[in-house]
Amino acid sequence: MSSFLISTVSPEGSDPVDLLIVDGVIQAVGEPGSLETPDDVTVVDGTGLIALPGLVDMHTHLRQPGHEDAETVDTGTRAAAKGGYTAVFAMANSKPVADTAGVVEQVWQLGQDAGWADVHPVGAVTVGLEGQQLSEIRAMAESRAQVRMFSDDGKCVHDPVLMRRALEYVKSFDGLVAQHAQEPRLTEGAQMNEGVVSAELGLTGWPAVAEEAIIARDVLLAQHVNSRLHICHLSTKGSVEIVRWAKERGINVTAEVTPHHLLLTEELVRTFDPVYKVNPPLRTDEDVMALREAVVDGTIDVIGTDHAPHTIEDKESEWSCAAMGMTGLETALSVVQKTLVDTGMIDWSTVARITSRRPSEILRLRDQGGALEAGAPANITLWNPAGETPVNPETHVSKGRNSPYKGMPLPGSVSATFYRGHPVVLDGELNSPLSS
Amino acid sequence: MKHLLTTADLSYADALSILDTADQMASVSSRSVKKLPALRGRTVVNLFFEDSTRTRISFETAAKRLSADVINFSAKGSSVSKGESLKDTAQTLMAMSADAVVIRHGASGAPQQLASSGWIDAAVVNAGDGKHEHPTQALLDAMTLRRVRARREDRPSTGMDLEGMHVVIVGDVLHSRVARSNVWLLNTLGARVTFVAPPTLLPVGMGHWPCEVSYDLDEVLAQRPDAVMMLRLQSERMNAAFFPSEQEYTRAWGLTPERVAALDAMDAPTVIMHPGPMNRGLEISSEAADSPRSTVLAQVANGVSVRMAVLFLLLSGDESTPSLSDN
Ligand SMILES: [Zn+2]
Repeated sequence: MSSFLISTVSPEGSDPVDLLIVDGVIQAVGEPGSLETPDDVTVVDGTGLIALPGLVDMHTHLRQPGHEDAETVDTGTRAAAKGGYTAVFAMANSKPVADTAGVVEQVWQLGQDAGWADVHPVGAVTVGLEGQQLSEIRAMAESRAQVRMFSDDGKCVHDPVLMRRALEYVKSFDGLVAQHAQEPRLTEGAQMNEGVVSAELGLTGWPAVAEEAIIARDVLLAQHVNSRLHICHLSTKGSVEIVRWAKERGINVTAEVTPHHLLLTEELVRTFDPVYKVNPPLRTDEDVMALREAVVDGTIDVIGTDHAPHTIEDKESEWSCAAMGMTGLETALSVVQKTLVDTGMIDWSTVARITSRRPSEILRLRDQGGALEAGAPANITLWNPAGETPVNPETHVSKGRNSPYKGMPLPGSVSATFYRGHPVVLDGELNSPLSS
Repeated sequence: MKHLLTTADLSYADALSILDTADQMASVSSRSVKKLPALRGRTVVNLFFEDSTRTRISFETAAKRLSADVINFSAKGSSVSKGESLKDTAQTLMAMSADAVVIRHGASGAPQQLASSGWIDAAVVNAGDGKHEHPTQALLDAMTLRRVRARREDRPSTGMDLEGMHVVIVGDVLHSRVARSNVWLLNTLGARVTFVAPPTLLPVGMGHWPCEVSYDLDEVLAQRPDAVMMLRLQSERMNAAFFPSEQEYTRAWGLTPERVAALDAMDAPTVIMHPGPMNRGLEISSEAADSPRSTVLAQVANGVSVRMAVLFLLLSGDESTPSLSDN
């Protein structure tokens, strides 16, 4: 029996309430001071804090199995908890690739054992992410991991026939295909966004059209076979326009944006610091603004971190040899606040929608992303929107030190994360995992 | 000036100072004893991750004429693609207490990373990085153009810039660090630049560059430019569908004997430049390369003078009037 009273906390930014958690469930919500509490209740002072449904990340690279030097399920989910996440979707580009029931069950079990957040493995669309042959999608769906989202993320399912078949196949269990939209021939050797900066720096360009052409094709395929398509990490204004058009036509497409594409631009590449090397690449100011607008009007459904930890060796090298990717779990909500809330574009209930409710709907999660009301599973993030701290990657609990926000002051901080009623983060520090 | 990484951030004053110093260095090179004690006891490391005998020898000659100790460090074939080696090599160089590192690297930005990483304390000279920049090449081209102008106007080149000169740069701009370094420096020095290339070999996003762009070499040559610089066409471009065939490229964008004859016929002042090594018969014909208009050999000689000037200015610190005396 454990119980917590979160006092005078503001649910999604509205008037303060007391929130009573008993045995993993929100037992009652009421005016401050109005709730009857068990004798041994632990009181958590929520004054000045915003309560959000626990964050759900549709796009995390946990690196295990195979790249445990960069991250493990344990360290990655610690980072998730620290960032306010109570569920993460682990992308399939591990080693071996998550393309069999065995691998997805292993990852799922590692998540259970770690106890910091729900871990939902994403299954590979094609064997070995090689884009040649469909992997055993149904076996993964029926495994203990109950995989619903399939993606070759890191690589694009570029063969149109394979993409069509995958979209059709996942319909049998209400699954979805998440596309990393990158036309491979147009991005051979690509190092950064193709445009003004790549022209000057002499780095091979990654043109916006390589993303947009795949999205345009795939929304039409999704319409043709009447299936569910999710687009990972939209990064261009043109992609926004295509997804907006598709949604207007009633095509069943959802879209994601990363925090870094909402804040950072290609200008940073002028430093040649590989911490800014990411796929899709940082784009222009105009793209950043279009992506923010797309979150506001609902064209973009969710924030996905694309948390991609790398070892120092893989990042500390010449730009063209360096690995692509940035960490993001521990800074995501701060970036959302900075780019969307502090700019007056969205309120906290929209933050709850794009970071928790909508991803939970898309993934059909029953115990995540619910309203903060009596009877709901107690997955709750307490966010302190006050203050600004320069990011110090050395203090991150992820193994990755490749944060592009190093030294940048970012607003807000996670005060506590309740995962199934257990405070995995308390007073801004990791507390203890949920014992299984 | 602590490093020489790009011409994009080279000021007018610094550019002129390098060119003026290079002219003085050229007079040293024409003496019987071609050596100055200016950098005695200083160590210059030539760090070449990419083969370029010509550039390496030019820097080596420059350093030796200034009495510096030269270490040639060829890192080609080491685990560059694995990364790491740039940092490891830099730390090795620091242990050798290098005063200047001349770096040639296949990756754009490697010299800047070396200079800003904190791995090393030495002055860094970019001897060509990826498709980014090759600043000493642009400086030697500017020195060559300035001398052409000085001779033509019969006045000393000291203090002279390139105001009003029209320079045409022809060929693979997309993959060329020479083109990038030249466009910024020529603009800083007041020259007018026209790029001529097939559209496939011009970078997307160059709209704001201080230059004009044309696809028609004959039309541009008819403007009687002061110089036409032919860029080297790398053989690997042939297989990547940038143009249909070598023959077609040469017909449209090569400096053919017919085009040289046309320049002669209109008595154009145009000199013919090439950064070398040349693909004779492809971007430049032998008639063009060997014509009296050609400055190719002068460019090689000026390369040594410019590199002497750069090493001298970087290593002689803040001294406003560098001493070039023989003691
Ligand atoms: Zn991706």
